[in-house]
Amino acid sequence: MTQINTKNILLFGLVALLFILTGFMQSWNTTLTILNMGLISAIMALGVNMQWGYAGLFNVGILGFTALGGLAAVLVSMPPVPEAWAAGGPRILLALAAGAASIFAAVMIYKKMPAGLLRVVVMLAVLIAGFMLYRAIFDPARDAIEAVDPALTGYLGGLGLPVILAWPVGGLFAAGAAWIVGKTALGLRSDYLAIATLGIAEIILAVLKNEDWLARGVKNVTGLPRPVPYEVELQAAEWFLSLTERFGADPVTASSVVVKLCYAGLFAAVLLLLIWMSEMALKSPWGRMMRAIRDNEVSSEAMGKDVTKRHLQIFIIGSAVCGIAGAMMTTLDGQLVPGTYNPLRFTFLIWVMVIVGGSGNNWGAVLGGFLIWWLWIMVEPIGLWLMQTVTMGMAEDSGLRQHLIDSAAHMRLLTMGLFLLLMLRFNPRGLIPER
Amino acid sequence: MDFLNAIVVLANFVIVPATAYGAQLALGALGVTLIYGILRFSNFAHGDTMAFGAMVTILVTWALQGAGVSLGPLPTALLALPIGIAATSLLLIGTDKVVYKFYRQQKAKPVIYVIASLGVMFIMNGLVRFIIGVDDQRFADGERFIISARNFRTLTGLDEGLAIRTSQGITVVVALICVILLFWFLNKTRTGKSMRAFSDNEDLALLSGINPEKVVLVTWIIVAALATTAGVLYGLDKSFKPFTYFQLLLPIFASAIVGGLGNPLGAIAGGFVIAFSEITVTYAFRRVVNHLVPEGWEPEGLLQLLSTDYKFAVSFAILLIVLLFKPTGLFKGKSV
Repeated sequence: MTQINTKNILLFGLVALLFILTGFMQSWNTTLTILNMGLISAIMALGVNMQWGYAGLFNVGILGFTALGGLAAVLVSMPPVPEAWAAGGPRILLALAAGAASIFAAVMIYKKMPAGLLRVVVMLAVLIAGFMLYRAIFDPARDAIEAVDPALTGYLGGLGLPVILAWPVGGLFAAGAAWIVGKTALGLRSDYLAIATLGIAEIILAVLKNEDWLARGVKNVTGLPRPVPYEVELQAAEWFLSLTERFGADPVTASSVVVKLCYAGLFAAVLLLLIWMSEMALKSPWGRMMRAIRDNEVSSEAMGKDVTKRHLQIFIIGSAVCGIAGAMMTTLDGQLVPGTYNPLRFTFLIWVMVIVGGSGNNWGAVLGGFLIWWLWIMVEPIGLWLMQTVTMGMAEDSGLRQHLIDSAAHMRLLTMGLFLLLMLRFNPRGLIPER
Repeated sequence: MDFLNAIVVLANFVIVPATAYGAQLALGALGVTLIYGILRFSNFAHGDTMAFGAMVTILVTWALQGAGVSLGPLPTALLALPIGIAATSLLLIGTDKVVYKFYRQQKAKPVIYVIASLGVMFIMNGLVRFIIGVDDQRFADGERFIISARNFRTLTGLDEGLAIRTSQGITVVVALICVILLFWFLNKTRTGKSMRAFSDNEDLALLSGINPEKVVLVTWIIVAALATTAGVLYGLDKSFKPFTYFQLLLPIFASAIVGGLGNPLGAIAGGFVIAFSEITVTYAFRRVVNHLVPEGWEPEGLLQLLSTDYKFAVSFAILLIVLLFKPTGLFKGKSV
């Protein structure tokens, strides 16, 4: 849908300029760090834009889908822990299977039995018995696994596969969670979906924090394998050293820049692929149908479109994109730290990106992703500078001055909220509007 | 077999805390449900409104404590509460004028309001962090217990103690007063009646000459009072930390939806349903059962259904069940 016009090129040029300026004023290393997260944020914004821009679905559980992607990165790439598997691996799988089977049985009972008190009683009985069975198998198995060298492992480990494979797997995980939420909350009021997604995100996070056997919980999994070379390897490589010598660069800085560039290349490839796919989808009859449904649900339903089913479809696809981005982020960090997943940062910031960038427009969402991420990083130093300027006239030891300078870190939230409100009010179609 | 002791343990660890928590949730959910009924959107900034109100109250409390003013056995915060409510009302009315009024005139879709409330949430959250910081703040003073576990034991001669903290008692009493006032206002006064009329049928209410701006104004003031009270009570009972208030959004929304969005009675019932299930499901029943079964039959495990870390999962599960089977909530709320 995007026209290549001067305004849009200028906007992208402006954001590029911001990054380049950061490079000159601070360091290229910082620029690349921001750029890499910007690429990932852009992918998340793309996913949210699919749900909001194409279909008008309001998802505030991005955090959860991102975290599931991170879990996928651990489960796919970390080496398995054979002792833990021997201690309780099969038992835990059996427990999970028993739990799933009892839920499935309850659903079947609900579908097959005639409505009435008997159905409720039987269903509850099956669920309670299933839960007891699950806990009976699960608890000892979990304790056994978590007892295996708890300082280093204490979890089942992963599959030991290349970490890139985790990206699509992260998408699948997120899609699964989205299916559960979508099945229940879609077709009801739009607010209900919002609240249900908020809930699932909290629960996914609670599971990640507390199920030590799965991904070590708050003990964190560190040292994830990388898809790109390590800095130390580069610094030891003959060809790299001769190359840096030719350019007269410091090998330590150069190695870290090269590693970040490798990541940036990988992420950009994924981003471009996703943009291309979503642009194609948007142009296809399917995309036209989606927009028709968004603009007028009643008339689309009258035309024989299954609105709820289409909504479920796009909700799953958008969440899967967020899951992919989550796996990429954990890959970039090289560790899964459940404690750092904060809804303000992972859910609501992405929303600011989509609204500011331009809902319904993929390029707009991407632009918003880069711009807002840059601002999010930069507002803190700018705020600190601002506070120091404002408080210049105050006494050195003034309590208010100290408080203001200390509070500069919280400027971020204020600024982001302000951006969101101003954009929504004065330019609700965003920087790059849909048409 | 020792029923009395079992009941005391249950009361001490489940019934008393759940009643206090339920009252706090009910007050929060009442605010959400009122906004939903009158302004027709889910206010994501509600948790942070509670935090803001509590913050102002805390600051005033500290000032009062510094000036040597106290309420004797009661916490000083009660004295500061009206000022907190006034400040929050001003903030909410200001927000309405600057943000929501525009969308009301545009007749925007509900989801636009929700997104706007996200922006408001960001700003309020930033404001609270800016002023008071992100750390835990304690501001409770006065008598700590209405009855302490030791006094209860000497009084009754039972093995188990029952402690009721002052904050828990105050929570229930204050919440009760708020609810009675609210229902009196909604059912007996002219403004309250016009609010209900507006909530039931906006067009009809406008036709009969109800001033929508006045209804909205009064709604925000009531919401400010409810949110601040809920926030202060929660802060007195546990402790004040801005981020926990944000996290309260989920149980509060769950309470409002379980009861039926837009239905005040439902919000109260929903609050207690969520609070009791959250605490019952995450409580280890071992000590209760130990008193009930004959000697030698004591259970080995903790008899805890879920660890306390999953308390949010409980509100979420209840929410899902209600959405699946009865989307309008237990009491008939606004339809889907």
